Amino acid sequence: MADILVVLEQRDGTIKRVGLEALAGGRALADKAGGAVHAMVLGPPGLKTDVAAAHGADVVVVTADEAVRLYQGNRYAAAVAARAQGGAYAAVLLGATALGKDLGPRIAARLGCPLAADVTALEYDTGIVVSRPVYSGKAVYRLRVTAPTCVITLRPNNFMPVEATRAGTVEPAALPVAGNRAARTVQVKEPERAALDVAEASIVVSGGRGLKDPEQFKLLEELAAAFGGSTAVGASRAVVDAGWRPHAEQVGQTGKTVSPNLYVAVGISGAIQHLAGMRTSKVIVAINKDKDAPIFKVADYGIVGDLFEVVPRLTAEVRKIRGN
Amino acid sequence: MKIAVCVKRVPDTEARIKVGADGKSIDESGVKFVLNPYDEFAVEAALKLKEAAGAGDVTVVSLGGDASQETIRTALAMGADRGVLLKVDGGTMDPLPIARALADELKAGGYDLVFCGKLAVDDSSHGTGVLVAELLELPVVSAVSHLTIANGKGTAEREIEGGVEVVEFELPAVVTTEKGLNEPRYPALKGIMMAKKKPLEVKPITLGAGGLEVESLAYPPERPAGRIVGEGPDAVPALLDALRTEAKVL
Ligand SMILES: Cc1cc2nc3c(=O)[nH]c(=O)nc-3n(C[C@H](O)[C@H](O)[C@H](O)COP(=O)(O)OP(=O)(O)OC[C@H]3O[C@@H](n4cnc5c(N)ncnc54)[C@H](O)[C@@H]3O)c2cc1C
Ligand SMILES: Nc1ncnc2c1ncn2[C@@H]1O[C@H](COP(=O)(O)O)[C@@H](O)[C@H]1O
Repeated sequence: MADILVVLEQRDGTIKRVGLEALAGGRALADKAGGAVHAMVLGPPGLKTDVAAAHGADVVVVTADEAVRLYQGNRYAAAVAARAQGGAYAAVLLGATALGKDLGPRIAARLGCPLAADVTALEYDTGIVVSRPVYSGKAVYRLRVTAPTCVITLRPNNFMPVEATRAGTVEPAALPVAGNRAARTVQVKEPERAALDVAEASIVVSGGRGLKDPEQFKLLEELAAAFGGSTAVGASRAVVDAGWRPHAEQVGQTGKTVSPNLYVAVGISGAIQHLAGMRTSKVIVAINKDKDAPIFKVADYGIVGDLFEVVPRLTAEVRKIRGN
Repeated sequence: MKIAVCVKRVPDTEARIKVGADGKSIDESGVKFVLNPYDEFAVEAALKLKEAAGAGDVTVVSLGGDASQETIRTALAMGADRGVLLKVDGGTMDPLPIARALADELKAGGYDLVFCGKLAVDDSSHGTGVLVAELLELPVVSAVSHLTIANGKGTAEREIEGGVEVVEFELPAVVTTEKGLNEPRYPALKGIMMAKKKPLEVKPITLGAGGLEVESLAYPPERPAGRIVGEGPDAVPALLDALRTEAKVL
């Protein structure tokens, strides 16, 4: 009895990458513990769930209902708790996205079990042990789960999706009836320019006060376009507070936590609260005119120089390599 | 309008964190503690609603050791009316027992709204407010960056990846606060003086056992020492070369 339930997140009918990452984490746990991986997905009728079987799900529980076209915390929680009730699973895994961070504690409350949020590593010996960055990433807890079940949210980009074809037997599950006292999501407002979210991008190009002027962010947008693919523009709090960039782009303690393959910090000093949001990036590049800027302490590669000279050159060279 | 705000005492985000001798907790000596930054948004939201209504009562509740009285006083100095300290020795890394204790305190209070921060910047459980709401069987909206309350109803906005969710609910309800919701006020001298006279009730409680046991608290793995590849735009080729051949990210 060491099965794992992985709740997949879909947007407009497409299953998100974080779900596949959680499946990889779940698969690794289940393989060591000798259990199965069940995936669960909620959304409107007509959901395509083949990717779950292709990424290690033995069973795929599908709750297809018009009422959950948008994320409805209360209804999702009722459906997942109904499935996981009675100790059927050693753990319920979700991506630590806006949805996962809201849904995780709802499930934990209903199952009466512990919640471990924003986990960056999972281990299994006689039980599950999780690692969680705390104190703004300045320390890491290793916590042993001593309860029969628990809810774990996984920080995006810390687990690599693994292709592992399994049966993926589809089990439809009805959506439990709505309670009468709940908050209802009535709408999702999309931004005018549908930009990729910093937390989901594999390359992030971030700018700080060193850019001097909101107009200058076009230098970073051009660099991001040169990288192409899954690249997003991020920002320090200083420029978000100044109104140069939207809060959705802020990286750090009071913004998003990102772990891209490549993080390029341009004109950002590297305050401790900024580092809290990006220090788990795979590779960090810093461009700053001050050779003593703290950002160089965490950077793998640095260029000391004037960003207004360095960035255009970088963009031109990246364009040559990438053909963008 | 009766409003409760849950506030937590946490190390200042600027503070250097030292792992204690037990390897399981931080060494608190010399660390400056503050009101959790997200809870400042929560207190401010409560005060704004009270002020807009022209009447109301704001209670701040904190669970922690004696030192948390200071944190409660900070919220009272901002303008909250009364405080409750749920006094415990030690803590737990499992947010459920904490949420249970908070919910036990809140359930008989007849609150129209309960505010929590989205996150406490120490253990970052990122869930206590939602847990409290679920335990109280109240509607909840988490990580709210825009809120309107009128006629017993609320509309909240929360940022999601690449969009904003608009959520409607009826009071009583729980809201957890995100940056951007408001600009928290600083306690004025007069507020600090008045706070000393406001009621602060201390209730010793015992926390339930949690389901997460600390194995260790350690520093994050050191990033391998990086290097400056050069100065100015002429360093760009060397940078790209390193990214392609060494780091293999391009
Ligand atoms: C509770 C709390 C939470 C916070 N949360 C966050 C958060 O989530 N995210 C965050 O980022 N910050 C956060 N901060 C703020 C943080 O402390 C810093 O103030 C902020 O990160 C600084 O932003 P910056 O690096 O853009 O600006 P600065 O610190 O002003 O740095 C600008 C940098 O640009 C460089 N520069 C200037 N001109 C050039 C040039 N021409 N070429 C190259 N380099 C140049 C300078 O050398 C300098 O290093 C928080 C603070 C607090 C107290
Ligand atoms: N010990 C505590 N006392 C009072 N409120 C708390 C406590 N722990 C958490 N909270 C509330 O729950 C929010 C989220 O905390 P957490 O789930 O620990 O990240 C905080 O911003 C507080 O509003």
